[in-house]
Amino acid sequence: MTTQVQGVKRSGSNIPWGKTLAWIGLALLLIITLFPFWWMVRTALTGPQSLFRDTGSLLPVDPTLIHFRRVLGLVDTETAVAMGGSGQSINFGRALMNSIIVTAVVVFFQVLSCAMAAYAFARLRFPGRELIFGLYIAALMVPAIVTTIPNFILVRQFKLLNTYAGIVAPTLLMTPFAVFFLRQFFLGVNREVEEAARIDGASIWTSFIRVVVPITMPALTTLAIVTMINTWNNYLWPLIVGSDERVRVLTVALGIFRTQTPQGAPDWTGLMAGTTLAIIPTFIIFMLLGRKILDSIQFTGFK
Amino acid sequence: MTASSQLPTGTALPAPPAPGRRRLITEESVTALFFILPSLLGFILFYAMPALRGVWISMTDWDLLTDASFIGLQNYSRLFQDAEFWNALKVTLYYVVLNIPLQTILAVVIAVLMSRLTKSMLVRGLIILPWLLPPVVVGLLWLWLLDPNIGIVNVALKSLGLPMIAFLGLPQYAMPTIAMINIWQYVGYTALLIFAGLQSIPGSVYEAASIDGASENQMFWRITIPLLRPVLVFVLVTSVIGSFQIFDTIAITTKGGPINATKVMNWYIYEQAFTRYNMGYSTTISIILFAILVFISLAQMRLMRAGESDM
Repeated sequence: MTTQVQGVKRSGSNIPWGKTLAWIGLALLLIITLFPFWWMVRTALTGPQSLFRDTGSLLPVDPTLIHFRRVLGLVDTETAVAMGGSGQSINFGRALMNSIIVTAVVVFFQVLSCAMAAYAFARLRFPGRELIFGLYIAALMVPAIVTTIPNFILVRQFKLLNTYAGIVAPTLLMTPFAVFFLRQFFLGVNREVEEAARIDGASIWTSFIRVVVPITMPALTTLAIVTMINTWNNYLWPLIVGSDERVRVLTVALGIFRTQTPQGAPDWTGLMAGTTLAIIPTFIIFMLLGRKILDSIQFTGFK
Repeated sequence: MTASSQLPTGTALPAPPAPGRRRLITEESVTALFFILPSLLGFILFYAMPALRGVWISMTDWDLLTDASFIGLQNYSRLFQDAEFWNALKVTLYYVVLNIPLQTILAVVIAVLMSRLTKSMLVRGLIILPWLLPPVVVGLLWLWLLDPNIGIVNVALKSLGLPMIAFLGLPQYAMPTIAMINIWQYVGYTALLIFAGLQSIPGSVYEAASIDGASENQMFWRITIPLLRPVLVFVLVTSVIGSFQIFDTIAITTKGGPINATKVMNWYIYEQAFTRYNMGYSTTISIILFAILVFISLAQMRLMRAGESDM
């Protein structure tokens, strides 16, 4: 709404000053927001001897890619120790792979399963519909920690600790938010096209897959982004059920890496190389789908 | 598209009746069952059963190793004598008070700045960047920036002739520092929610006020804030709920220390469950946390008359 902005502008008396100040404020905000990212990359690229010497240099001193190579386990132990790391292999490549596997599986199944459920709640008539949906909504309000401990016990009983299955289980088939969000969207979609398909003899399933899913792709994509970010960023659950190195995801690997203080202090260059790697996928998603993420913020209050 | 019209309403709209399809109802029910079955399975296994089981576990002394025995409400009465629990509650409330007012005020300021200065997608994109990151990464990043010896913040303080500060190492600074870190992560996102709310206020309202001679200050307090109320309620309720559950940042930076200064409810629950194996007692605390959140959310909505709009 441009009229609002113009209306406000006209009424001010000391515009130039106010406006300059406002721009300075915004610039400051952007610097405070972005500087830590630069410092992370700068540290990850700083040569091992220079980290303690040139603590204030804005650019990496003796720039090197060695820290990325050693957190990916690409250099031998002696070199890694010489570069400020611990002798233990830090297999970040593995953790990256685990994060990708877990996130991809959760996103695919959660979106499919919740789209089906949301469609049934929005379109189909069946006994118990309001009751079941009401229960889902009630679950929306329960804080995660309440179900975390019983879920841990359940996963332990099924002998699924330290397996991919255990890590993905609680969010694989549904989150109350996902069902709720998609149902709201389906309610707003025109029924005519799918009804035409039904009249032409398509089954409910066929019309769902061939008509409903393509039409509602924007909402499904939004949910996929939300689920992807939440799964990628999740820490507590994978920490308690999957800290074993074979299935350890990135956030858990970073947490363990942080507690290692190989030479008396945390391995900062290695840690910053690790965090840089950990957020590259987030950045790629952000570059590709930034506009979509911004739009979705207007109608999802997730996290 | 306004933010408020898209907020969850929680009402279930009945599907319009489909005349002439009466005979298909059973077939439709069977199909519907097939459609909701996967989600229902997930719901029963990982939401409904754990919730009920949690209530049961909270009435036992289970330690994971030996069999659980029923001890009634002992865990609940234990809470009252547990100084650590009261400390955790106090520390959590302190965090919420440090976090929410400052974050919300900053977010409103940023949202107003943006709506006056620029509609740039780039600017909006950049300010939500921290929110997309794993809190674990954000915690690590600030742990490094604030390192007492060679972190850039202290290096900068030193070069200005100021004393260096162990931000996360001193009890009096640790919680404000954690609050600052989380404001850094979430203020941009909150600002964007409010920005979306600002866009939905019709410009004509401001024009009319301006013709009537209202000052900018008056317009902000008499128009912007009242019309933003539904969005502000949403932002406050969700961010307060989120703040009460802070875990990741603390797990990475201070682990509840120094001297319990950052031992919030979720960290205490985690510690009771996974380092002391008191499954019963930790579950009890989590149920109390849930009760507190329900109470606070209802109180907030009531106080702020959430359902009404001033439009």
